[in-house]
Amino acid sequence: MRLRSFLATVSIVAAALCAVRLEAQSPQGTAPYSVVSAGGRRTIATAMAGDREMLRLDELAALLQLTVREDRAAKALTVSRGTNLVVLSLDQGLASMGGKIFSLSAPPARDGSRWLVPPDAVSRALAPIAGVRADVRRASRLIVLGDLRVPRITVQQEPGGPPTRLAIEMTPRTAYTIVQEPKRLLVRFDADGLDIGPITAGGGLVESVAAADPLTLAIALAKDFGTFRAATVPMDGASSRLVIDLTAVGAPPSVPSGLARAQATAPPAQAAPPAPSAARPEVPAALSAPQPPGVRTVVIDPGHGGDEEGTRSAGGVLEKDLVLDVARRLRSVLDARLGVRVLLTRDDDRVVPHDERASIANNNKADLFISLHANSSPNKSAKGAEVFYLSLDGLGAEARKLAENAEPKPVPVLGGGTRDIDLILWDMAQARHLGESAAFAMLVEEELRRRVEMSSNPVQQAPFRVLVAANMPAVLVEMGFLSNPEQETQLTSDDFKNRVVQSLFDAVVRYRGRVEAQASGRVP
Amino acid sequence: MAVSPRVVALTLITAAAVGTGTWLTVRYLNRPVRRPEVARSEASPAGAARRIKAVLHYVAADGLRLAAAERDVVYAESTSEQARRIVEALLEPAPAGLASALPPGTALRGLFVGERGDAYVDFNGSLRTNHPGGSASEILTVYAIVSALTVNLPAITSVQILIEGHEVDTLAGHIDLRRPLPNAPQWAEKGST
Repeated sequence: MRLRSFLATVSIVAAALCAVRLEAQSPQGTAPYSVVSAGGRRTIATAMAGDREMLRLDELAALLQLTVREDRAAKALTVSRGTNLVVLSLDQGLASMGGKIFSLSAPPARDGSRWLVPPDAVSRALAPIAGVRADVRRASRLIVLGDLRVPRITVQQEPGGPPTRLAIEMTPRTAYTIVQEPKRLLVRFDADGLDIGPITAGGGLVESVAAADPLTLAIALAKDFGTFRAATVPMDGASSRLVIDLTAVGAPPSVPSGLARAQATAPPAQAAPPAPSAARPEVPAALSAPQPPGVRTVVIDPGHGGDEEGTRSAGGVLEKDLVLDVARRLRSVLDARLGVRVLLTRDDDRVVPHDERASIANNNKADLFISLHANSSPNKSAKGAEVFYLSLDGLGAEARKLAENAEPKPVPVLGGGTRDIDLILWDMAQARHLGESAAFAMLVEEELRRRVEMSSNPVQQAPFRVLVAANMPAVLVEMGFLSNPEQETQLTSDDFKNRVVQSLFDAVVRYRGRVEAQASGRVP
Repeated sequence: MAVSPRVVALTLITAAAVGTGTWLTVRYLNRPVRRPEVARSEASPAGAARRIKAVLHYVAADGLRLAAAERDVVYAESTSEQARRIVEALLEPAPAGLASALPPGTALRGLFVGERGDAYVDFNGSLRTNHPGGSASEILTVYAIVSALTVNLPAITSVQILIEGHEVDTLAGHIDLRRPLPNAPQWAEKGST
């Protein structure tokens, strides 16, 4: 509330001082938005206003049956439907509706005789006066009007195998049916439409994954395909994950580890996660009996990615590329020499939101989370590696106490009975692991010190965003300073990268020994 | 005329009470007046704007910590106005021998101080787009801003950084900026305020 008042005040003052009208500089837009409504699917054209992507207001008005009128005296656009009315300021990203002022990402812009509005104007200003709910999904260039079920679907094929494993994430959770055809599997979703995100699949027993129709994904199968097993697992929030393991002809069928097996392989197979199956589902091992303490899964988080490049050296080395390279090397070493399951939060050059990075670790019940970064300082002489674990400075004392003292709560499980589940606030998950995170950070620092130069502050605490929600011991490693010309050369060399990888490998081995010693009553 | 001992005693007691009251009143009226929101203030030459001494932080020589420097800042009556002037002073070129922790082009758009001592400081997009990245640089930028307000204005206990009027996740991918941050003196050189 205080923030809203502040924003309104700042905006109003700015309006009085500054009357710069944003004009559309280029009528050429990017790809259009798709609008899904009860009436079907259609597109809305876009146009660029400066460097900002905008939507054509006349098309939106036709779709939502709105009336648009320019009030030149007030420097505003009045958009109405019946008695509902919203006023959009032409000077700045502000709108007024029902006596309340709220902000938009940009003011309307003119494109010849047409008006353009930012995409968030649809959900915040236009749809409300039309009396419908609008869900604007910029990443997928989709606008959902009304209470339609249009789940976001992403597909990722896990590296390695056999078996070939596909993970299909659905947000929100959506019932589905799997039908096996001679050369493909069809995953049909119980929805009004699909918002299909990135599909990373191909190789092994999968030739490709693509939309077969508006509600169906088709998994094209290689000729060696023999059978499959599907399982679903709820994820944090409203998402769920469908895991499909594909095995070759003659190979023993696999069981997706740690997941509830949903259906057998007889075609056509049908799996509707929310509906109880006639057969009593197997209680997954991970739920039926707690695993003994150890380090079985490690999540490596290469920092930044995509448009978020991180820092850049004078020679043009990008942090996002460097840390991905080291992360892949570390995965290979941990996988080959320690036999632990290793997951990367990204295995390519793309933006991964901070919460999604933590989700990958939490949903896979990781035992360690290692975020890899390269540093930069305004002073080119700054050098050395640093290891961080989370500081809770940003949280209030009450919140910290709540997080640290969270008690497991009994919740019902499939098959009857209850099980104690840790219910913790997402934003405070790391609070309970600070002691172990500090212990792991010390081990990482000791191993790094043996092989690479450390900064004068080798182990520190900071309120790092990516560590907050990790529900396991977690550290962030700054390998060195790309802003230091000498270190830039070091950091890009195979020798240096391998020394960092060996240090992290040894630290994980030592930490695993510590955990196992604690479990057996031997205090390390 | 004989004066009774009782009258003498009463007179003395009354005189002592009046004297003590007068002394306390004078002492109260002459007490030094402190402005709680300003750490130090000093009189300025006649005709010039009144100024305070503010402790601001810049990048230290090692590039890993913040170094303190005292700067003159124009005095303001209200905490929020004083806060604004302090941040504007931080945006001015750094003193000789030190470097600014804020990227070039950074400008203050607005500042609001809440009732619970949270300050919301709104910068233009240059704070993010011109930032060189790296956690060290980001830490120095964030805590140069946080310390500027929390060190000099006791009424401000934490600071949230906004960009172009919006809350942001981070500045360059590291420090969690979704809520007001208290000062973290460990990022300042030992001996710095």
